[in-house]
Amino acid sequence: MSYLPHTPEQVASMLRTIGAPSLEALFAGIPAKDRLHRPLELPGPMGEIALSGLADAVAARNRSARELACFLGAGAYDHFIPAVVDSLAGRAEFVTAYTPYQAEASQGSLQAFFEFQTLICQLTGMDVTNASLYEGSSAVAEAIMMALSGSDRDGPVLMSPYLHPHHGEVARTCLANLGTKIETVPPDSDRIHLACLRSSVSEATPCVVVQHPNILGNLEEVHEISRICKEKGALFIVCYNPVSLGVLGRPGDYGADIAVAEGQGLGSPLAYGGPYLGLLSCRSALTRKIPGRLVGQTVDRRGKRCWVLALQTREQHIRREKATSNICTNQGLYALRAAIHLAALGPAGLRETALACMSKARETVEQLRVAGAGEPLVDHPWFHEFVLRLPPSSPTADRVVELMVEKGFLAGFPLSRWFAGRERDLLVAVTEKRTSVEIASFAESLGRLARGG
Amino acid sequence: MDKNQSAGLLFEIGQPGRRCHAIPEASRVDAAAMIPGRFLSESPPPLPELSELDIVRHFTNLSTLNMAIDCNFYPLGSCTMKYNPKRHERLVGSHRFAEQHPLQPDSTCQGTLGVLHEMERMLAEIAGLDACSLQPSAGAQGELTSLLVAAAWFRHRGEARSKVLIPDSAHGTNPASAALAGFQAVGVKSTADGLVDMEDFAAKLDDDVAVFMITNPNTLGLFEPNIRRIADMVHARGGLVYLDGANMNAILGIARPGDFGADMMHFNVHKTFTGPHGAGGPGSGPIAVRAMLEPFLPRPRIIVGADGAFRLDENRPLSIGRVRSFHGNIGVILRGYFYIRTLGAEGLADVSRHAVLNARYLRSLLAGLIEIPGPDNGLHEFVASARNLRREKRVSAMDIAKRLLDYGFHSPTVYFPLVVPEALMMEPTETESPETLEAFAKALGNILAEDPEILRQAPHSLPISRPDEVKATKEPVLRWKAD
Repeated sequence: MSYLPHTPEQVASMLRTIGAPSLEALFAGIPAKDRLHRPLELPGPMGEIALSGLADAVAARNRSARELACFLGAGAYDHFIPAVVDSLAGRAEFVTAYTPYQAEASQGSLQAFFEFQTLICQLTGMDVTNASLYEGSSAVAEAIMMALSGSDRDGPVLMSPYLHPHHGEVARTCLANLGTKIETVPPDSDRIHLACLRSSVSEATPCVVVQHPNILGNLEEVHEISRICKEKGALFIVCYNPVSLGVLGRPGDYGADIAVAEGQGLGSPLAYGGPYLGLLSCRSALTRKIPGRLVGQTVDRRGKRCWVLALQTREQHIRREKATSNICTNQGLYALRAAIHLAALGPAGLRETALACMSKARETVEQLRVAGAGEPLVDHPWFHEFVLRLPPSSPTADRVVELMVEKGFLAGFPLSRWFAGRERDLLVAVTEKRTSVEIASFAESLGRLARGG
Repeated sequence: MDKNQSAGLLFEIGQPGRRCHAIPEASRVDAAAMIPGRFLSESPPPLPELSELDIVRHFTNLSTLNMAIDCNFYPLGSCTMKYNPKRHERLVGSHRFAEQHPLQPDSTCQGTLGVLHEMERMLAEIAGLDACSLQPSAGAQGELTSLLVAAAWFRHRGEARSKVLIPDSAHGTNPASAALAGFQAVGVKSTADGLVDMEDFAAKLDDDVAVFMITNPNTLGLFEPNIRRIADMVHARGGLVYLDGANMNAILGIARPGDFGADMMHFNVHKTFTGPHGAGGPGSGPIAVRAMLEPFLPRPRIIVGADGAFRLDENRPLSIGRVRSFHGNIGVILRGYFYIRTLGAEGLADVSRHAVLNARYLRSLLAGLIEIPGPDNGLHEFVASARNLRREKRVSAMDIAKRLLDYGFHSPTVYFPLVVPEALMMEPTETESPETLEAFAKALGNILAEDPEILRQAPHSLPISRPDEVKATKEPVLRWKAD
């Protein structure tokens, strides 16, 4: 099997034109000692029918969130994706185009990216948004690099203890060799302790990174945190949940300097972790520090409005080692999906999605209480995710998750994997897709397990 | 046909109160009863309000303004714009791939984990190296990840090395990645063919060099004849050799980086193994390394237990840590996996043979039309130069590129690599037929015979022509705003 169009006669005729005796002779420029003199050790070729069978066999060893009712979140959420997203973003003219370097041949994608940038600005209340980054964690790392660039503040970057652990880890990995110090604000009762934060921020702090809603689902006092940052002149980087902005205040409205997010909830399938997309927006004063691709509006030689890649002088192919970032791609297709998704939801659909998440999450909390499944830790204001503390009679959260698979559920995330000592804590997320029947059955099954039944 | 119905931005075509997606039963939920007012916004974000047909017509019409592989020949040098098989899209669309949560128990992902594990081994075999990480999201992140791995390895050995040597014909991501990994990027001169200037290389190689980064075959499509000697010299000084795998499409099953001296490399799954480009992404940039570097790869690693079950192992004390959330661009990697399984060993070698055949054939078709500097024993791509045309007719590489669009061909990569003036870099890939290459050559012949003024004003038949890029940068308009 191959995708080659050449007939043997054409190959022979092309070789004659080139003046090469054989296909092998085309590689004469590679010294013999550098050549591989055996076939690669790979499984044999297969036709499309056999390949489909192989894929089915692989899929048969997987279970999906369509089969197991998904109460698992922790940074990736089982949101509904309207059919228009798949249908339109699946168009081959979008899927099989390259990076829009030739603007004349790429107005479709360029305009869509400009619309994406605008939609994310509208969503967040921020001034400028780039055409997307890889995913949420590297967006956080890029935001920190933006804050450090040109800054003479030599204190540590301050991080919330309730930032998604992957975000913190990626920032540490990527900044490890740049001499950047990162400090975590001491943990408190599952949200940032404001007095503690106030005493940590100083005139030397370049930036403060806070997730809101935080990794445990709780809301942070973002207005107060913003004030604390402003008082000391530290940049406030907030990591938001895009779906939550259907009801919660926008980062631009509470004073964030840079707003980043995992954009998966806007039309990216769960897909075992990727591709997703990183969202990064900032105040206009930081525009020229923004990493990655940006699309700008201009006019063509006839004066017609059009779109091009803008401010490329920040980028690595021109600035090389002095670039603001080494990033060379955006998540083009997933930025397009997010744009279509937001257009399909509109303000009312986004609001209803957020409200449905919130009310179903509260319905879940009630049902879990009734079922005796433990104590939902919901003393702080929260959005659609919460910690369920299992009773002493219960197996550990890790074990509960395994057992709940057999009952037909992805029950949540065992927090002990990220927070030492929290073996009985299960992080539960509820999206608009969960039905009352699923919620009741989830609570009942979990209750029976937790009571040791 | 008048396409003006699609000319507006999303924000210019809506009406207040118009709806598409709705969850009617949620509209009556009272947020203030659940969350204190200080956290709430008074109204939802001011997004456009559109009907489903508004959206469908808008994006469908927009799509028709793009060139794409499914519509046009796209000989973009260094970009490997080959055909993206439709079967991959169908297979990865299964809910048992598309609707798997990245944190669901390993016991429910044995199919995917098994495939990823096998993909690591297949890529290691193609690379001639020992271990592989699928985590990096794109080529540039693969470069950065490799350099972070190298830095951690040197640190572990108690060595402090500060420099990364990079030929000046390299892609801009190389020096940018080196700087981000905390190294000083030091340029090495290239010959006119983009090969390593051995004298300059030898002069710059010292015990402070951590890594030598090389793109081989290089951006002119030439295999570096001194690669083995270069690698030996780097190794003798205790350094590592990194291969930028952007041009792997030329040597699949023909030559392996590990065999000719590389210690680490990245793949571009979205190029070599056909993950579609999606107008800029997603990519996927797995890396392969020698065994001694394996402990430093990003975590988690996929391991096989005694019971044969696959498991994600987070307990990797020497790992550099994660370079992104979760496990990688799995959707792209699955497409690459299905591609390699479809072709097998011989099929992959045939890819490279025909990629080179097409490049050499196109080169010979164009040889009488335009200057093509450099030797004619190149591999998957070659670089033409419009410098004579520039001097004689005041026609630039860009003018030719823009005029090709009128003929329905996407333009070659222009003004790269930097070592060739007025460069037009062409990579036809293996999936194009000789008829297409001949039609392209004919079009270029026609273009070069045209009145230069036509070229300078081109394109003439596309939705726009010659956007003012200076204005876009001097007065940046990066979002729509209500008047």
